[in-house]
Amino acid sequence: MNQKLQSCAVTISDLSFSYDSQVVLTDVNLEVHPFDSICVVGPNGGGKTTLIKLILGLLTPDTGTVRVFDKKPEEARLRIGYVPQYAQYDPQFPISVLEVVCMGRLGRSFTGRYSRQDREQAMKSLAETGLADIAARPFTFISGGQRQRVLIARALACGGDILILDEPTANIDHESELQFFDLLTKLNKRMTIFMVTHEVGFASTFFKRVACVNKQVMIHPTSALTGDLIREMYGGDLQMIRHDHCCSGEGHSHD
Amino acid sequence: MTEFISAVFDPTMPFFRYALLTGIFASLPFGIIGTFVVVRRISYIAGAISHCVLGGIGLGLYLEKAMGITWFGPMTGAVLAALLAAVILTLVSHHARQREDSVIGALWAVGMATGLLFIARTPGYVDPMSYLFGNILLVSKGDFLFVLALDVVVLGLVGIFYHKFLAVCFDEEFARLRGMRTGWIYLLLLCLTALTIVLLVRVVGIVMVIALLTLPAAVAGNFSRNIFQMMLLAVLFCAAFVVLGLGVSFGLDLPSGPIIIVIAAIVYLFTLLGGRVMTALKK
Repeated sequence: MNQKLQSCAVTISDLSFSYDSQVVLTDVNLEVHPFDSICVVGPNGGGKTTLIKLILGLLTPDTGTVRVFDKKPEEARLRIGYVPQYAQYDPQFPISVLEVVCMGRLGRSFTGRYSRQDREQAMKSLAETGLADIAARPFTFISGGQRQRVLIARALACGGDILILDEPTANIDHESELQFFDLLTKLNKRMTIFMVTHEVGFASTFFKRVACVNKQVMIHPTSALTGDLIREMYGGDLQMIRHDHCCSGEGHSHD
Repeated sequence: MTEFISAVFDPTMPFFRYALLTGIFASLPFGIIGTFVVVRRISYIAGAISHCVLGGIGLGLYLEKAMGITWFGPMTGAVLAALLAAVILTLVSHHARQREDSVIGALWAVGMATGLLFIARTPGYVDPMSYLFGNILLVSKGDFLFVLALDVVVLGLVGIFYHKFLAVCFDEEFARLRGMRTGWIYLLLLCLTALTIVLLVRVVGIVMVIALLTLPAAVAGNFSRNIFQMMLLAVLFCAAFVVLGLGVSFGLDLPSGPIIIVIAAIVYLFTLLGGRVMTALKK
């Protein structure tokens, strides 16, 4: 049992959380294994962002526990690369792409100065996300899709083992979305991917498992949706989430 | 203009030289801290701190004149009140998420009220107008030394913690996740803001603090690609506004504080309009 716990990237057991008296999450049990790729779907206000904040240790559960690599979230934070929604940033903030990515290297020195290794690591992350040539550009002058990738590069510069993304595909076009899932597929070889999306019906075939959050967390099976019509509609193959049906923590799909 | 220059070198008018030097050297903290205030969008907090300064000034005057405690003057009171307000506002921003603006508003008014009450109980006539609207021509040698000390403190601390201040302004939550103690950095930023505001009160007065703190930085923001450029430009713009304002106020025989603010506002308006025209032309 102990061995199994240690091998888990994120373990949530019997968790509940409420803001003031409003219950947001209740009876949540979730295990995320290393190199897992899990998509968390659910309606707005269903508790998706709250779930992320609990895993990051920004919020404390009322009951139950959250463990990240068998440690408290506050202690394991540095192993998590967090990608918030890019729309939350001040569109007029004067800062370059490289300066944003360098923030992934913060917390390594008392004064916050970046060493040469820090800058090299930041440039490497930018190259990995295909943004090396716009490193000097102002963050405000680039497209939404590019901003999203800058935030992923920042999370990669942290050098963690888990990548947590909050609605990264909101407001980006299909071209960018395809590129985005190519990148995730590459990253999934060395990192655990935990992504939240407001899409309720469909999830990319990239994900091994889908969890639905609406106060409670359910692991749902998925049905592959292929065919020319869907491809035309969404620009790629998808899997349909079967909200009518629950399955074990491992998840499964009907092909 | 020649009259203005001769006034600067007139040995019988030392106050004018002090005013000019104070204005130029004070532009350093005004521009640097003003940049942080603008990008972090905390000009309301700066306003609350500046109004709390009157409470400190009132207490200082009261202790000095009514209680005979001479070492505790209005300046000491102003510094203490500003720092206290910074501590309270830091606590509020980290613990009372929804009600932050109410607390800021309350602090704003209570600071003023306390100051006026202390002044009412202070023997002799004290004109609160000089604190509300300031007068750079009244700065003393002591004020000038305060400016130099603040230059050293602001340049030193911002130089050392530049990246941490930047991180707290851009994305405080992410900085916290990287193990940074963001609460302390934010407190340090507000304390530097508080000290800068005490100085600003001397130059343009409590009511116009926000304008001289934010307008140079807002103008600079239109021409800057990063925070460092913005600070540099804000310092230059601020110095230009103060020197130009002093010159114009001397020439027209009008109070300097309002003239400085009006000049800053006109330049800001023109940069905004210029920016609009430029984007329209590009299309």
